[in-house]
Amino acid sequence: MCGIVGLFLKDKSLEPKLGEMLTEMLITMTDRGPDSAGIAVYGDDTEGRAKLTIQAANPDVVFEHLERDLAAAINEHVTVRVKDTHAVIDLPEDKMAEARAALKEMRPDARVMSAGETIEIYKEVGLPGDVAQRFDIPQLTGTHGIGHTRMATESAVTTLGAHPFSTGPDQCLVHNGSLSNHNSLRRTLAREGVMTETENDTEVAAAYLTWKMQNGHTLGEALEAGIDDLDGFYTFVVGTKDGFGVVRDPIACKPAVMAETDQYVAFGSEYRALVSLPGIEDARVWEPEPATVYFWNH
Amino acid sequence: MLTFDLGEKGLRALHEELHAQTQTTNETAWEIVNPKGSHAIAVGLDAPIEVTVRGSTGYYCGGMNKQATVVIDGSAGPGTGENMMSGKIVIEGDASQYLGATAHGGLIVVKGNASSRCGISMKGVDIVVHGNVGHMSAFMAQSGNLVVCGDAGDALGDSCYEARFFVRGEVKSLGADCEKKEMRPEHIEILTRLLAEAECDAKPEEFTRYGSARKLYNFDVDNAGDY
Repeated sequence: MCGIVGLFLKDKSLEPKLGEMLTEMLITMTDRGPDSAGIAVYGDDTEGRAKLTIQAANPDVVFEHLERDLAAAINEHVTVRVKDTHAVIDLPEDKMAEARAALKEMRPDARVMSAGETIEIYKEVGLPGDVAQRFDIPQLTGTHGIGHTRMATESAVTTLGAHPFSTGPDQCLVHNGSLSNHNSLRRTLAREGVMTETENDTEVAAAYLTWKMQNGHTLGEALEAGIDDLDGFYTFVVGTKDGFGVVRDPIACKPAVMAETDQYVAFGSEYRALVSLPGIEDARVWEPEPATVYFWNH
Repeated sequence: MLTFDLGEKGLRALHEELHAQTQTTNETAWEIVNPKGSHAIAVGLDAPIEVTVRGSTGYYCGGMNKQATVVIDGSAGPGTGENMMSGKIVIEGDASQYLGATAHGGLIVVKGNASSRCGISMKGVDIVVHGNVGHMSAFMAQSGNLVVCGDAGDALGDSCYEARFFVRGEVKSLGADCEKKEMRPEHIEILTRLLAEAECDAKPEEFTRYGSARKLYNFDVDNAGDY
Protein backbone atom coordinates (compact mmCIF):
# COMPACT_ATOMS: atom_id res chain seq x y z
CA MET A 1 0.00 0.00 0.00
CA CYS A 2 0.95 3.66 -0.30
CA GLY A 3 -0.98 6.89 -0.48
CA ILE A 4 -0.83 9.50 -3.19
CA VAL A 5 -2.28 12.97 -3.29
CA GLY A 6 -1.97 15.57 -6.00
CA LEU A 7 -3.34 19.01 -6.62
CA PHE A 8 -3.18 21.05 -9.80
CA LEU A 9 -4.59 24.53 -9.37
CA LYS A 10 -6.49 26.31 -12.11
CA ASP A 11 -7.58 29.18 -9.87
CA LYS A 12 -4.64 31.44 -9.00
CA SER A 13 -6.33 32.66 -5.84
CA LEU A 14 -5.77 29.21 -4.31
CA GLU A 15 -2.00 29.27 -4.91
CA PRO A 16 -1.13 30.75 -1.48
CA LYS A 17 -2.98 27.79 0.08
CA LEU A 18 -1.40 25.00 -1.95
CA GLY A 19 0.84 23.75 0.87
CA GLU A 20 -1.96 23.85 3.40
CA MET A 21 -4.37 21.96 1.14
CA LEU A 22 -1.78 19.35 0.19
CA THR A 23 -0.80 18.81 3.81
CA GLU A 24 -4.38 18.16 4.82
CA MET A 25 -4.77 15.71 1.95
CA LEU A 26 -1.48 14.00 2.81
CA ILE A 27 -2.38 13.47 6.46
CA THR A 28 -5.62 11.66 5.54
CA MET A 29 -3.43 9.12 3.73
CA THR A 30 -1.32 8.37 6.82
CA ASP A 31 -2.71 4.87 7.33
CA ARG A 32 -1.88 3.96 3.73
CA GLY A 33 1.77 4.84 4.32
CA PRO A 34 3.07 5.66 7.79
CA ASP A 35 6.75 4.83 7.02
CA SER A 36 7.77 8.02 5.28
CA ALA A 37 6.31 10.92 3.38
CA GLY A 38 7.33 13.38 0.75
CA ILE A 39 6.02 16.28 -1.20
CA ALA A 40 6.95 18.08 -4.40
CA VAL A 41 5.75 21.63 -4.84
CA TYR A 42 6.05 23.78 -7.93
CA GLY A 43 6.49 27.31 -6.61
CA ASP A 44 7.27 30.72 -7.98
CA ASP A 45 9.16 31.07 -11.22
CA THR A 46 11.80 33.80 -11.27
CA GLU A 47 13.29 34.62 -14.65
CA GLY A 48 16.85 33.39 -14.92
CA ARG A 49 16.91 31.71 -11.49
CA ALA A 50 16.71 28.05 -10.59
CA LYS A 51 16.30 25.96 -7.45
CA LEU A 52 18.33 23.06 -6.19
CA THR A 53 16.92 21.15 -3.23
CA ILE A 54 19.45 19.07 -1.32
CA GLN A 55 19.23 16.83 1.71
CA ALA A 56 21.80 15.84 4.31
CA ALA A 57 21.73 13.39 7.20
CA ASN A 58 23.98 15.81 9.11
CA PRO A 59 22.55 19.20 8.09
CA ASP A 60 24.49 21.16 10.73
CA VAL A 61 27.78 20.21 9.14
CA VAL A 62 26.75 20.10 5.49
CA PHE A 63 24.77 23.34 5.38
CA GLU A 64 27.20 25.42 7.48
CA HIS A 65 28.71 28.21 5.35
CA LEU A 66 27.17 26.56 2.29
CA GLU A 67 25.96 29.87 0.88
CA ARG A 68 29.44 31.40 1.13
CA ASP A 69 31.27 28.33 -0.18
CA LEU A 70 28.97 27.73 -3.12
CA ALA A 71 28.94 31.42 -4.12
CA ALA A 72 32.72 31.37 -4.14
CA ALA A 73 32.83 28.16 -6.16
CA ILE A 74 30.56 29.34 -8.96
CA ASN A 75 31.36 33.00 -8.61
CA GLU A 76 27.70 34.03 -8.42
CA HIS A 77 25.25 35.12 -5.77
CA VAL A 78 23.30 32.23 -4.23
CA THR A 79 20.89 32.01 -1.32
CA VAL A 80 20.36 28.96 0.85
CA ARG A 81 17.10 28.37 2.69
CA VAL A 82 17.59 25.62 5.28
CA LYS A 83 14.57 23.61 6.35
CA ASP A 84 15.47 20.85 8.78
CA THR A 85 17.41 18.22 6.81
CA HIS A 86 16.80 19.95 3.50
CA ALA A 87 18.09 23.13 1.93
CA VAL A 88 16.79 24.96 -1.10
CA ILE A 89 19.51 26.75 -3.02
CA ASP A 90 18.45 29.62 -5.24
CA LEU A 91 20.99 30.21 -8.02
CA PRO A 92 21.31 31.48 -11.58
CA GLU A 93 19.71 29.05 -14.00
CA ASP A 94 22.77 28.74 -16.22
CA LYS A 95 24.96 27.82 -13.24
CA MET A 96 23.01 24.69 -12.26
CA ALA A 97 25.43 22.13 -13.71
CA GLU A 98 28.42 23.98 -12.31
CA ALA A 99 26.83 24.26 -8.88
CA ARG A 100 25.97 20.58 -8.78
CA ALA A 101 29.50 19.63 -9.71
CA ALA A 102 30.94 21.99 -7.08
CA LEU A 103 28.56 20.64 -4.48
CA LYS A 104 29.58 17.07 -5.20
CA GLU A 105 33.15 18.11 -4.58
CA MET A 106 32.77 20.27 -1.48
CA ARG A 107 29.75 18.58 0.19
CA PRO A 108 29.85 14.89 -0.81
CA ASP A 109 27.28 14.04 1.89
CA ALA A 110 24.60 16.23 0.31
CA ARG A 111 22.02 14.42 -1.83
CA VAL A 112 20.12 16.18 -4.56
CA MET A 113 16.36 15.87 -4.09
CA SER A 114 15.38 17.98 -7.08
CA ALA A 115 16.64 20.56 -9.50
CA GLY A 116 14.71 22.87 -11.75
CA GLU A 117 13.15 26.26 -12.19
CA THR A 118 10.25 25.87 -9.78
CA ILE A 119 10.33 22.42 -8.15
CA GLU A 120 11.14 21.81 -4.47
CA ILE A 121 11.06 18.29 -2.99
CA TYR A 122 10.98 17.47 0.70
CA LYS A 123 10.91 13.91 1.98
CA GLU A 124 11.76 12.09 5.15
CA VAL A 125 11.12 8.99 7.20
CA GLY A 126 8.27 9.41 9.69
CA LEU A 127 4.56 10.04 9.90
CA PRO A 128 3.22 12.32 7.15
CA GLY A 129 1.96 14.89 9.66
CA ASP A 130 5.38 15.08 11.32
CA VAL A 131 7.20 15.31 8.00
CA ALA A 132 4.91 18.12 6.82
CA GLN A 133 5.53 19.96 10.09
CA ARG A 134 9.32 19.62 9.92
CA PHE A 135 9.43 21.23 6.49
CA ASP A 136 6.69 23.83 7.04
CA ILE A 137 4.81 22.36 4.09
CA PRO A 138 1.55 24.20 4.98
CA GLN A 139 3.36 27.51 4.35
CA LEU A 140 4.39 26.61 0.80
CA THR A 141 2.74 28.34 -2.11
CA GLY A 142 2.67 27.17 -5.69
CA THR A 143 0.80 26.17 -8.80
CA HIS A 144 0.69 22.41 -8.30
CA GLY A 145 2.09 19.72 -6.05
CA ILE A 146 2.25 16.00 -5.39
CA GLY A 147 2.51 14.16 -2.09
CA HIS A 148 3.18 10.58 -1.12
CA THR A 149 2.87 8.47 2.00
CA ARG A 150 4.95 5.32 1.86
CA MET A 151 4.44 1.77 3.07
CA ALA A 152 7.66 0.23 1.81
CA THR A 153 7.71 -3.08 -0.05
CA GLU A 154 10.54 -2.99 -2.59
CA SER A 155 13.36 -1.23 -0.76
CA ALA A 156 14.32 -0.08 2.73
CA VAL A 157 12.60 2.64 4.72
CA THR A 158 15.09 5.45 4.22
CA THR A 159 14.94 9.10 3.25
CA LEU A 160 16.23 8.31 -0.22
CA GLY A 161 13.70 5.50 -0.62
CA ALA A 162 10.84 7.91 0.05
CA HIS A 163 8.90 9.51 -2.79
CA PRO A 164 8.73 11.75 -4.84
CA PHE A 165 11.65 10.80 -7.06
CA SER A 166 13.13 13.35 -9.37
CA THR A 167 15.49 12.30 -12.13
CA GLY A 168 15.23 15.29 -14.45
CA PRO A 169 14.79 19.05 -14.25
CA ASP A 170 11.42 19.98 -12.74
CA GLN A 171 10.26 16.37 -13.04
CA CYS A 172 8.97 14.19 -10.28
CA LEU A 173 7.10 10.96 -9.86
CA VAL A 174 5.28 9.16 -7.06
CA HIS A 175 4.09 5.58 -7.16
CA ASN A 176 1.64 3.28 -5.47
CA GLY A 177 2.44 -0.31 -6.34
CA SER A 178 5.50 -2.36 -7.14
CA LEU A 179 7.44 -2.95 -10.34
CA SER A 180 8.70 -6.41 -11.22
CA ASN A 181 11.15 -5.57 -14.02
CA HIS A 182 12.97 -2.70 -12.34
CA ASN A 183 16.34 -4.46 -12.10
CA SER A 184 16.61 -5.25 -15.80
CA LEU A 185 15.29 -1.83 -16.70
CA ARG A 186 17.82 -0.20 -14.37
CA ARG A 187 20.63 -1.97 -16.24
CA THR A 188 19.18 -0.94 -19.60
CA LEU A 189 18.99 2.67 -18.48
CA ALA A 190 22.54 2.55 -17.10
CA ARG A 191 23.79 1.43 -20.51
CA GLU A 192 22.02 4.46 -21.96
CA GLY A 193 23.82 6.65 -19.44
CA VAL A 194 20.81 7.27 -17.20
CA MET A 195 21.97 6.51 -13.67
CA THR A 196 19.85 5.82 -10.61
CA GLU A 197 21.00 6.31 -7.03
CA THR A 198 18.99 3.78 -5.05
CA GLU A 199 17.72 0.18 -5.20
CA ASN A 200 14.19 1.51 -5.36
CA ASP A 201 11.78 0.40 -8.12
CA THR A 202 10.04 3.76 -8.40
CA GLU A 203 13.26 5.61 -9.08
CA VAL A 204 13.70 3.39 -12.14
CA ALA A 205 10.28 4.41 -13.42
CA ALA A 206 11.16 8.07 -12.91
CA ALA A 207 14.49 7.59 -14.68
CA TYR A 208 12.74 5.77 -17.52
CA LEU A 209 10.41 8.71 -18.11
CA THR A 210 13.33 11.16 -17.94
CA TRP A 211 15.21 9.07 -20.51
CA LYS A 212 12.21 9.01 -22.84
CA MET A 213 11.80 12.76 -22.54
CA GLN A 214 15.51 13.32 -23.18
CA ASN A 215 14.93 11.46 -26.42
CA GLY A 216 12.26 13.81 -27.60
CA HIS A 217 9.10 12.31 -26.11
CA THR A 218 6.54 14.51 -24.44
CA LEU A 219 5.55 13.46 -20.94
CA GLY A 220 2.32 12.05 -22.35
CA GLU A 221 4.21 9.96 -24.90
CA ALA A 222 6.70 8.79 -22.27
CA LEU A 223 3.83 7.63 -20.07
CA GLU A 224 2.22 5.82 -23.03
CA ALA A 225 5.49 4.03 -23.70
CA GLY A 226 5.75 3.17 -20.00
CA ILE A 227 2.52 1.16 -20.21
CA ASP A 228 4.40 -1.28 -22.49
CA ASP A 229 7.81 -1.17 -20.83
CA LEU A 230 7.04 -1.09 -17.11
CA ASP A 231 5.87 -4.39 -15.70
CA GLY A 232 4.06 -4.52 -12.37
CA PHE A 233 1.44 -2.72 -10.42
CA TYR A 234 1.33 1.00 -10.51
CA THR A 235 -0.65 4.12 -10.13
CA PHE A 236 1.75 6.92 -11.03
CA VAL A 237 1.30 10.61 -10.55
CA VAL A 238 3.93 12.74 -12.28
CA GLY A 239 4.73 16.40 -12.19
CA THR A 240 6.51 18.72 -14.59
CA LYS A 241 7.01 22.47 -14.47
CA ASP A 242 3.69 23.12 -16.18
CA GLY A 243 1.73 20.00 -15.62
CA PHE A 244 0.48 17.03 -13.78
CA GLY A 245 -0.22 13.55 -15.14
CA VAL A 246 -1.77 10.29 -13.97
CA VAL A 247 -1.50 6.75 -15.31
CA ARG A 248 -2.56 3.34 -13.95
CA ASP A 249 -1.43 -0.08 -15.10
CA PRO A 250 -3.84 -2.16 -17.22
CA ILE A 251 -5.02 -4.25 -14.24
CA ALA A 252 -5.57 -1.12 -12.12
CA CYS A 253 -5.65 -2.75 -8.68
CA LYS A 254 -4.10 0.27 -7.04
CA PRO A 255 -6.84 2.72 -6.17
CA ALA A 256 -7.20 6.18 -7.66
CA VAL A 257 -9.86 8.85 -7.44
CA MET A 258 -9.85 12.17 -9.21
CA ALA A 259 -11.91 15.31 -8.81
CA GLU A 260 -12.18 18.32 -11.05
CA THR A 261 -13.80 21.70 -10.57
CA ASP A 262 -13.26 25.11 -12.16
CA GLN A 263 -10.66 25.73 -9.46
CA TYR A 264 -8.53 22.57 -9.48
CA VAL A 265 -7.83 19.02 -10.55
CA ALA A 266 -7.14 16.77 -7.57
CA PHE A 267 -5.90 13.23 -7.18
CA GLY A 268 -6.25 10.92 -4.17
CA SER A 269 -5.62 7.26 -3.55
CA GLU A 270 -8.98 7.39 -1.83
CA TYR A 271 -11.90 9.77 -1.77
CA ARG A 272 -11.01 10.51 1.88
CA ALA A 273 -8.05 12.55 0.66
CA LEU A 274 -10.33 14.88 -1.26
CA VAL A 275 -13.10 15.60 1.24
CA SER A 276 -11.58 18.80 2.60
CA LEU A 277 -11.19 20.47 -0.81
CA PRO A 278 -13.39 23.49 -1.52
CA GLY A 279 -16.48 22.67 -3.56
CA ILE A 280 -15.83 18.92 -3.53
CA GLU A 281 -19.57 18.26 -3.16
CA ASP A 282 -20.14 19.58 -6.66
CA ALA A 283 -16.90 18.38 -8.24
CA ARG A 284 -16.82 15.87 -11.05
CA VAL A 285 -15.42 12.81 -9.27
CA TRP A 286 -14.22 9.77 -11.21
CA GLU A 287 -11.75 6.91 -11.26
CA PRO A 288 -9.05 7.11 -13.94
CA GLU A 289 -9.37 4.28 -16.46
CA PRO A 290 -6.68 1.59 -16.61
CA ALA A 291 -3.82 2.02 -19.11
CA THR A 292 -4.99 5.53 -19.93
CA VAL A 293 -2.82 8.61 -19.67
CA TYR A 294 -4.35 11.73 -18.14
CA PHE A 295 -2.59 15.04 -18.28
CA TRP A 296 -3.27 18.64 -17.34
CA ASN A 297 -1.13 21.59 -18.36
CA HIS A 298 -0.99 25.20 -17.31
CA MET B 1 -35.22 8.65 12.10
CA LEU B 2 -32.06 8.56 14.20
CA THR B 3 -29.19 10.68 12.94
CA PHE B 4 -25.63 9.69 13.72
CA ASP B 5 -22.74 12.11 13.14
CA LEU B 6 -19.84 9.88 12.13
CA GLY B 7 -17.36 12.75 12.07
CA GLU B 8 -18.15 13.54 15.68
CA LYS B 9 -18.70 10.13 17.29
CA GLY B 10 -16.57 7.78 15.21
CA LEU B 11 -16.92 4.36 13.67
CA ARG B 12 -16.73 2.25 16.82
CA ALA B 13 -19.62 4.10 18.45
CA LEU B 14 -21.65 3.75 15.25
CA HIS B 15 -21.26 0.00 15.17
CA GLU B 16 -21.96 -0.39 18.86
CA GLU B 17 -25.34 1.17 18.19
CA LEU B 18 -26.12 -0.54 14.91
CA HIS B 19 -25.05 -3.98 16.13
CA ALA B 20 -27.24 -3.61 19.22
CA GLN B 21 -30.37 -3.58 17.05
CA THR B 22 -32.34 -6.80 17.23
CA GLN B 23 -34.94 -8.54 15.10
CA THR B 24 -37.77 -6.65 16.80
CA THR B 25 -36.17 -3.21 17.09
CA ASN B 26 -38.34 -0.16 16.69
CA GLU B 27 -35.38 1.96 15.59
CA THR B 28 -35.61 0.93 11.96
CA ALA B 29 -34.51 4.15 10.25
CA TRP B 30 -30.97 5.48 10.61
CA GLU B 31 -29.12 8.27 8.96
CA ILE B 32 -25.33 8.64 9.01
CA VAL B 33 -23.95 12.09 8.30
CA ASN B 34 -20.34 13.20 7.68
CA PRO B 35 -19.06 9.89 6.32
CA LYS B 36 -16.18 11.68 4.50
CA GLY B 37 -15.14 8.56 2.63
CA SER B 38 -14.46 6.59 5.84
CA HIS B 39 -13.86 2.86 5.64
CA ALA B 40 -16.12 0.05 6.81
CA ILE B 41 -19.27 2.07 7.48
CA ALA B 42 -22.31 -0.01 8.50
CA VAL B 43 -20.64 -3.40 8.22
CA GLY B 44 -21.81 -6.63 9.78
CA LEU B 45 -25.39 -5.48 10.29
CA ASP B 46 -27.91 -8.17 11.19
CA ALA B 47 -31.31 -6.59 11.76
CA PRO B 48 -34.20 -5.42 9.54
CA ILE B 49 -33.18 -1.76 9.61
CA GLU B 50 -32.58 0.87 6.93
CA VAL B 51 -29.38 2.88 7.13
CA THR B 52 -28.84 5.87 4.85
CA VAL B 53 -25.35 7.29 4.53
CA ARG B 54 -25.39 10.94 3.44
CA GLY B 55 -22.26 11.28 1.35
CA SER B 56 -19.55 9.12 -0.18
CA THR B 57 -18.05 6.13 1.56
CA GLY B 58 -14.64 4.43 1.52
CA TYR B 59 -13.71 0.76 1.53
CA TYR B 60 -16.19 -2.02 2.41
CA CYS B 61 -19.37 -0.11 3.25
CA GLY B 62 -22.19 -2.56 4.02
CA GLY B 63 -19.81 -5.52 4.05
CA MET B 64 -21.11 -8.80 5.51
CA ASN B 65 -24.59 -7.31 5.66
CA LYS B 66 -27.55 -9.48 6.70
CA GLN B 67 -31.15 -8.26 6.43
CA ALA B 68 -30.43 -4.54 6.54
CA THR B 69 -30.90 -2.02 3.76
CA VAL B 70 -27.96 0.33 3.34
CA VAL B 71 -28.42 3.35 1.08
CA ILE B 72 -25.33 5.33 0.07
CA ASP B 73 -26.38 8.80 -0.95
CA GLY B 74 -23.11 9.41 -2.78
CA SER B 75 -20.44 7.21 -4.32
CA ALA B 76 -18.99 4.07 -2.79
CA GLY B 77 -15.36 3.01 -2.35
CA PRO B 78 -13.70 -0.34 -3.10
CA GLY B 79 -15.24 -3.60 -1.88
CA THR B 80 -18.66 -2.21 -1.06
CA GLY B 81 -21.03 -4.99 0.07
CA GLU B 82 -18.24 -7.57 0.11
CA ASN B 83 -19.45 -10.90 1.41
CA MET B 84 -23.01 -9.66 1.89
CA MET B 85 -25.37 -12.46 2.96
CA SER B 86 -28.80 -10.87 2.52
CA GLY B 87 -30.52 -7.50 2.57
CA LYS B 88 -29.98 -4.66 0.13
CA ILE B 89 -27.45 -1.99 -0.72
CA VAL B 90 -28.36 0.94 -2.94
CA ILE B 91 -25.62 3.26 -4.23
CA GLU B 92 -26.95 6.50 -5.65
CA GLY B 93 -23.64 7.44 -7.30
CA ASP B 94 -20.80 5.29 -8.68
CA ALA B 95 -19.17 2.26 -7.12
CA SER B 96 -15.44 1.60 -7.03
CA GLN B 97 -13.70 -1.69 -7.74
CA TYR B 98 -14.73 -5.18 -6.56
CA LEU B 99 -18.29 -4.27 -5.63
CA GLY B 100 -20.06 -7.19 -3.96
CA ALA B 101 -16.97 -9.41 -3.92
CA THR B 102 -17.81 -12.96 -2.74
CA ALA B 103 -21.31 -11.86 -1.69
CA HIS B 104 -23.68 -14.75 -1.01
CA GLY B 105 -27.09 -13.13 -1.17
CA GLY B 106 -29.23 -10.02 -1.22
CA LEU B 107 -29.35 -7.28 -3.82
CA ILE B 108 -26.89 -4.50 -4.67
CA VAL B 109 -28.08 -1.64 -6.86
CA VAL B 110 -25.77 0.97 -8.41
CA LYS B 111 -27.51 3.97 -9.95
CA GLY B 112 -24.30 5.17 -11.61
CA ASN B 113 -21.40 3.09 -12.93
CA ALA B 114 -19.43 0.34 -11.24
CA SER B 115 -15.68 0.05 -11.68
CA SER B 116 -13.48 -2.98 -12.37
CA ARG B 117 -14.03 -6.47 -10.93
CA CYS B 118 -17.70 -5.82 -10.12
CA GLY B 119 -19.13 -9.02 -8.63
CA ILE B 120 -15.78 -10.82 -8.46
CA SER B 121 -16.31 -14.33 -7.08
CA MET B 122 -19.99 -13.59 -6.42
CA LYS B 123 -21.68 -16.51 -4.72
CA GLY B 124 -25.39 -15.81 -4.98
CA VAL B 125 -25.81 -12.07 -4.73
CA ASP B 126 -27.81 -10.14 -7.34
CA ILE B 127 -26.19 -6.96 -8.63
CA VAL B 128 -27.96 -4.43 -10.84
CA VAL B 129 -25.88 -1.60 -12.30
CA HIS B 130 -27.80 1.15 -14.07
CA GLY B 131 -24.66 2.31 -15.90
CA ASN B 132 -21.51 0.49 -17.01
CA VAL B 133 -19.17 -1.98 -15.33
CA GLY B 134 -15.37 -2.04 -15.65
CA HIS B 135 -12.94 -4.73 -16.72
CA MET B 136 -12.85 -8.25 -15.27
CA SER B 137 -16.33 -7.96 -13.85
CA ALA B 138 -17.79 -11.21 -12.48
CA PHE B 139 -14.35 -12.81 -12.50
CA MET B 140 -14.77 -16.36 -11.11
CA ALA B 141 -18.44 -15.64 -10.41
CA GLN B 142 -20.09 -18.71 -8.95
CA SER B 143 -23.79 -17.96 -8.67
CA GLY B 144 -26.25 -15.10 -8.66
CA ASN B 145 -27.10 -12.52 -11.30
CA LEU B 146 -25.19 -9.52 -12.58
CA VAL B 147 -27.36 -7.10 -14.55
CA VAL B 148 -25.61 -4.32 -16.48
CA CYS B 149 -27.86 -1.75 -18.13
CA GLY B 150 -24.94 -0.05 -19.88
CA ASP B 151 -21.72 -1.57 -21.24
CA ALA B 152 -19.28 -4.08 -19.77
CA GLY B 153 -15.48 -3.72 -19.92
CA ASP B 154 -12.85 -6.26 -20.92
CA ALA B 155 -12.94 -9.93 -19.89
CA LEU B 156 -16.49 -10.16 -18.56
CA GLY B 157 -17.11 -13.35 -16.60
CA ASP B 158 -13.59 -14.73 -16.87
CA SER B 159 -13.38 -18.26 -15.40
CA CYS B 160 -16.97 -18.10 -14.24
CA TYR B 161 -19.09 -20.93 -12.89
CA GLU B 162 -22.89 -20.85 -12.73
CA ALA B 163 -23.63 -17.14 -12.38
CA ARG B 164 -25.78 -15.35 -14.99
CA PHE B 165 -24.82 -12.05 -16.61
CA PHE B 166 -27.28 -9.82 -18.42
CA VAL B 167 -25.85 -6.91 -20.40
CA ARG B 168 -27.92 -4.39 -22.32
CA GLY B 169 -25.08 -2.53 -24.06
CA GLU B 170 -21.75 -3.58 -25.54
CA VAL B 171 -19.39 -6.09 -23.99
CA LYS B 172 -15.82 -5.04 -24.76
CA SER B 173 -14.61 -8.63 -24.54
CA LEU B 174 -15.61 -11.87 -22.87
CA GLY B 175 -13.27 -13.56 -20.42
CA ALA B 176 -12.04 -17.14 -20.69
CA ASP B 177 -14.90 -19.66 -20.77
CA CYS B 178 -17.63 -17.02 -20.82
CA GLU B 179 -20.07 -17.11 -23.72
CA LYS B 180 -23.26 -15.58 -25.06
CA LYS B 181 -26.36 -17.58 -24.19
CA GLU B 182 -29.92 -17.90 -25.25
CA MET B 183 -32.47 -15.78 -23.37
CA ARG B 184 -35.25 -18.14 -22.25
CA PRO B 185 -38.59 -17.23 -20.58
CA GLU B 186 -37.20 -17.99 -17.12
CA HIS B 187 -34.40 -15.48 -17.69
CA ILE B 188 -36.86 -12.78 -18.76
CA GLU B 189 -38.70 -13.53 -15.55
CA ILE B 190 -35.58 -13.15 -13.37
CA LEU B 191 -34.61 -9.98 -15.17
CA THR B 192 -38.09 -8.46 -14.91
CA ARG B 193 -38.04 -9.02 -11.16
CA LEU B 194 -34.53 -7.65 -10.65
CA LEU B 195 -35.08 -4.55 -12.79
CA ALA B 196 -38.26 -3.79 -10.86
CA GLU B 197 -36.49 -4.22 -7.52
CA ALA B 198 -33.69 -1.97 -8.73
CA GLU B 199 -36.13 0.71 -9.95
CA CYS B 200 -34.72 0.48 -13.44
CA ASP B 201 -36.97 1.05 -16.44
CA ALA B 202 -34.86 -0.88 -18.97
CA LYS B 203 -36.75 -3.60 -20.84
CA PRO B 204 -35.71 -7.22 -20.24
CA GLU B 205 -35.89 -7.97 -23.99
CA GLU B 206 -33.06 -5.51 -24.63
CA PHE B 207 -30.52 -7.60 -22.70
CA THR B 208 -28.19 -10.37 -23.80
CA ARG B 209 -27.40 -13.21 -21.45
CA TYR B 210 -23.86 -14.49 -20.88
CA GLY B 211 -22.63 -17.35 -18.77
CA SER B 212 -20.15 -20.16 -18.41
CA ALA B 213 -19.28 -22.35 -21.39
CA ARG B 214 -18.49 -24.94 -18.68
CA LYS B 215 -15.29 -26.05 -20.39
CA LEU B 216 -12.85 -24.71 -17.85
CA TYR B 217 -14.23 -26.26 -14.71
CA ASN B 218 -15.35 -29.61 -16.13
CA PHE B 219 -12.97 -32.44 -16.72
CA ASP B 220 -12.55 -33.23 -20.40
CA VAL B 221 -11.17 -36.66 -21.17
CA ASP B 222 -9.18 -35.23 -24.11
CA ASN B 223 -7.08 -33.35 -21.58
CA ALA B 224 -6.31 -36.46 -19.51
CA GLY B 225 -2.76 -36.52 -20.86
CA ASP B 226 -2.08 -33.08 -19.43
CA TYR B 227 -2.45 -34.22 -15.84
